Amino acid sequence: MGMTITEKILARASGAALVVPGEVAVVEVDTAVLLDLSFLPEGWREVLKVHDPSRIAIVFDHLVPAATVQAATCHKTGREFAAKFGIERLHDVGPDQGISHAVIAEHGYAVPGTVLVNADSHTCGAGAFNCAARGVGGPDMLWAVTTGSAWFRVGETVRYDFTGALRPGVTAKDLFLYIAGKYGAHVNQNIEYGGPGMSGLSINARRTLATMGAEFSAEFTIFEPDDVLVSYMRDRTTRPFEPVLPDPDARYADRRTIDLGALEPLVALPDAVVNQSVPVSEVAGTRIDQAFIGSCANGTLDDLALAAQVVRGRKVARGTRFIVTPGTQSIFRAALKAGYIETLLEAGAVVTPATCGACIGGHMGVLGPDEVCITASTRNFKGRMGDPSARIYMASPATVAASALAGRIAGAEEVFA
Amino acid sequence: MISGKTWCFGDNINTDLILPGPYLYRTQEEQARAVFQANRPGWVDQVAPGDAVIGGFNFGMGSSRPAARSLRLCGVGFLLAETINGLFFRNSVNYGLLACECPGVAAAFAEGDVAELSIADWRVRNARTGAMLAVTPVPSQLLAIMQGGGIYPLMAAKGLIASA
Repeated sequence: MGMTITEKILARASGAALVVPGEVAVVEVDTAVLLDLSFLPEGWREVLKVHDPSRIAIVFDHLVPAATVQAATCHKTGREFAAKFGIERLHDVGPDQGISHAVIAEHGYAVPGTVLVNADSHTCGAGAFNCAARGVGGPDMLWAVTTGSAWFRVGETVRYDFTGALRPGVTAKDLFLYIAGKYGAHVNQNIEYGGPGMSGLSINARRTLATMGAEFSAEFTIFEPDDVLVSYMRDRTTRPFEPVLPDPDARYADRRTIDLGALEPLVALPDAVVNQSVPVSEVAGTRIDQAFIGSCANGTLDDLALAAQVVRGRKVARGTRFIVTPGTQSIFRAALKAGYIETLLEAGAVVTPATCGACIGGHMGVLGPDEVCITASTRNFKGRMGDPSARIYMASPATVAASALAGRIAGAEEVFA
Repeated sequence: MISGKTWCFGDNINTDLILPGPYLYRTQEEQARAVFQANRPGWVDQVAPGDAVIGGFNFGMGSSRPAARSLRLCGVGFLLAETINGLFFRNSVNYGLLACECPGVAAAFAEGDVAELSIADWRVRNARTGAMLAVTPVPSQLLAIMQGGGIYPLMAAKGLIASA
């Protein structure tokens, strides 16, 4: 019987010839990524032994630089843990720090055909690398670093085949919002992306879409491998890898084809991500207090380039805060060299260091009571970015940047006409 | 059989509602005091030990944060939902919150009804209406962790982590 990509990777990692939906697979974890949050005293316990220090990476990202004593304490505990067990891949506050999923992408930590776990729900972003990557809980992470293993309930897979190409000004975020609006959640299911249009999506676009898999409530979100991926990985890792294609007779819960060329910019209405998508025109004119671009989903160099393209030579509306958070410090430096940061600052944006920051309502862009925000990040749940009475719309970096200029929700069509 | 008075929460209850982001870096007791503050202020003072939470579709959607622990600390005895988010389910296993999927449960219970859950035969009964529903069995190896107080005691017993 044929298997999907996720099933084949889980089978390979569990040493089984076959896994089928409904069973629990116990697999070997190739890479385990710990975060600053992993070291919260409320969940962390002193580890007595680790399975393999070379399989572990530690990235501080949720509150960086430390915004509170509690966050600083987490960082300290993480540094001590890394030193105790000789964990070399420590991304501490400094030049190689960033949001874990972006750091994983930059350093080639997610190896195609393997399993990666991380204590954050958006770990599925590494599915862009043909890696079975899943966000797990803090206790799962302790189990993974001490035993080198993890369990997964094997779910059914929904397959998406892309045709055509996105039009200028239409982004992977709009593609996500289209799927989220049309098909909603994928609870207990895996998502597989492929088709002839897939290779036209950049690695960064794939990362945006894969990262948002968490908002589909999917188990695993994974892309087919192609030459673009293989060359991206060869530039970043010396480890051998074996990408995984689905079997020709793989069984899918459903197969859906999407013409990328037919998509338009969309906005998700506040309080939930899926089943909330409307065309920008439907909410255009809604007054905003804050516009935010950042997070693991939209802090890529391409996102910053797009934002800079939209605001070049123009000014953020008076009374509107425009906050931009690059995904990693390395992206920050690249955007600086490319001139994007200067363009954003000249327009009136505030650019912060790489952190989850405003996206989690942590710091550097928290919303007050009854404020309205449009965000290119991961989530717009009630209370997500601050006060529960704040209203959060979600859109692409282009739409967010155009809205920052207008002080109201606005499309960026004229820039791309 | 275990029974609990029910609290009904509907579809798509997310982890920001159960454990709001601003409380991520607070103590677990403070986190437990913030449960449902945005959608149901005051609930933490009303829920009693052993009560049951009834959810709809995709209960616990969202983050990997330990929201299941907060529900347990509020005294929730068990959770039944139409579907449970995969990540929330993992945390339920690991923090020892008895959480099961049960198609039809949202419609079968009105708030305040008493749910009688039998793990032995994977059924739940509404004590008021007499309605009986099948509960989707939790795989035995995961149920053992869930009912054994979660994964921390197991890791401590194996000498992997220090005892609490």
